[in-house]
Amino acid sequence: MMMAENGKGLGITETQYLTFAQPPEELRLESGGKLGPITVAYETYGRLNVDRSNAILVVHALSGDAHAAGWHEGDKSPGWWDDMIGPGKGLDTDKYFVISSNVLGGCKGTTGPSSLNPLTGKPYALDFPIITVGDMVSVQRRLVEHLGIEKLLTVIGGSMGGMQVLEWVVSHPGMVRSAIPIATALKHAPQQIAFNEVGRQSIMGDANWNGGNYYGGPLPAKGLAVARMVGHITYMSDISMAEKFGRRFRSERGHDPEKFGSDFEVEGYLRYRGDNFVKRFDANSYLYITKAMDYFDILGDKELREVFRGVSAKLLVIAFKSDWLYPAYQSEEIIKACKLAGVEATYAEIFSTYGHDAFLLEVEEETHMIKYFLKKVSGHLEVKTPNEAPR
Amino acid sequence: MRLQDNIITEWAPQGSSVLELGCGNGDLLLKLVTEKKARAQGIEIDAQALRECVAKGLNVFQEDIDGGLAVFPDGAFDLVIMNECLQQVKKPDFVLKEALRVGRKAIVAFPNFAYYKVRFQVLFGKVPVTPSLPYQWYETPNLHFLSNSDFKGYCRKRGFKIERSAFTSAGRTVRFLPNLVSQLGIYEISV
Repeated sequence: MMMAENGKGLGITETQYLTFAQPPEELRLESGGKLGPITVAYETYGRLNVDRSNAILVVHALSGDAHAAGWHEGDKSPGWWDDMIGPGKGLDTDKYFVISSNVLGGCKGTTGPSSLNPLTGKPYALDFPIITVGDMVSVQRRLVEHLGIEKLLTVIGGSMGGMQVLEWVVSHPGMVRSAIPIATALKHAPQQIAFNEVGRQSIMGDANWNGGNYYGGPLPAKGLAVARMVGHITYMSDISMAEKFGRRFRSERGHDPEKFGSDFEVEGYLRYRGDNFVKRFDANSYLYITKAMDYFDILGDKELREVFRGVSAKLLVIAFKSDWLYPAYQSEEIIKACKLAGVEATYAEIFSTYGHDAFLLEVEEETHMIKYFLKKVSGHLEVKTPNEAPR
Repeated sequence: MRLQDNIITEWAPQGSSVLELGCGNGDLLLKLVTEKKARAQGIEIDAQALRECVAKGLNVFQEDIDGGLAVFPDGAFDLVIMNECLQQVKKPDFVLKEALRVGRKAIVAFPNFAYYKVRFQVLFGKVPVTPSLPYQWYETPNLHFLSNSDFKGYCRKRGFKIERSAFTSAGRTVRFLPNLVSQLGIYEISV
């Protein structure tokens, strides 16, 4: 296994849980509704220093979870951003205390539509309220406060994670010293909404979806798998697909004797990805989370010049050249907002052929940018841990 | 360290906000940060140069200069610097006007095309190759060629005030017949 080979990873990591917002102290949602109790699944890596100034919050994309790094007992692969988080890595756990949590509405331990509704004793299903990226961030804020942190060194994430990063910067400017939005946008564009809608229609068109009430019965597996297939197409690029699959057939004998079988490698890949996703993701969570992304518009009624007014955080904005789902021009809009508000920022448009997936794959370039950016924003940060004698 | 970096750093007021267009590997910006406590921002299109800037802890936008200035509000910076990049932008007139809109002052350094060795080479039928114009015609990033007197004439025409100037050649400051003897002209201008 990789862990044994490099011997430098985090080793075994564990998900923890925090429950809060017990009635009548429910969390107020942006939609006007209330939700409680809320459980949030999270993991932490590294150690918080004495003055609690080395905390980094990692926020995940659509299908991510709290398990960002290290290994869970018996798993075949490490956390989703293990390449970035660990001793000596971009988010160096020898220096920083890294927090990662599952988003509100998710299905990996944080309260979402598949969680039990305390009022009925059954899963919420579509009784779960509409949530927003802002609500996700409200939950993260409670977690961060619970961990005794008043100000985060940075908040970092790609794609939908980047939206949460921007939300943190705008909604809680006093709580972030810096921010790293990657391959993301100030607001979802029509094309992005359109792809999400195809995914949702695929799920809702599956007879097993049953108005969202499928828990305990057959899952809307086909619908969710097709949604994921569409997703994967948008995460890749023309070039990365040509390189990965070409027009190769899966069988050496040529095409599948079965009509409309999965002849091509690209078809096999998409089917495999789709079917695999069904095993680990809840279809209703997919609906709620994609909708939260579509509603995301950090500008709202504000003009671009106003959106970062009063922001003192420094930004590192990263985009990728072949990313057509979150094209670089959307990251450049973030930079425009920085220019208008006088926010200190760095913008890197990293060369890659991987498309949107690049934010998980272009580790070397990202690590370089992130490592030095963090070094700068942490300034004379003392990396003392409680075990070391204070001077 | 290039001599003009010392001159530009000397001219920059302590603690000023500085934007450098085409900041390259960030040597000058870093010098301004460490020696003048500047609040520095760079713009640089080249990926490798950007990497080096980031490693120096500088704030840099990876974008081209011709379009990169448009969004900045008027007077966003105390100083805008163009250190040997004026001759490489597509629209120098536009960029200079923008630089003086975005910055209260601008410092511009460029290779002097009237340097006597350049004149000789042209006279003998060659496109000049000199230490400050080191490229062959088929690989040069320089799009525009100007001399010290051209720049002065331009400033007069546009109504820009030349606050001060300096001239260098082969690592020395030049005072005598600068348009003939200097390889590089450095100007601080304002509106």
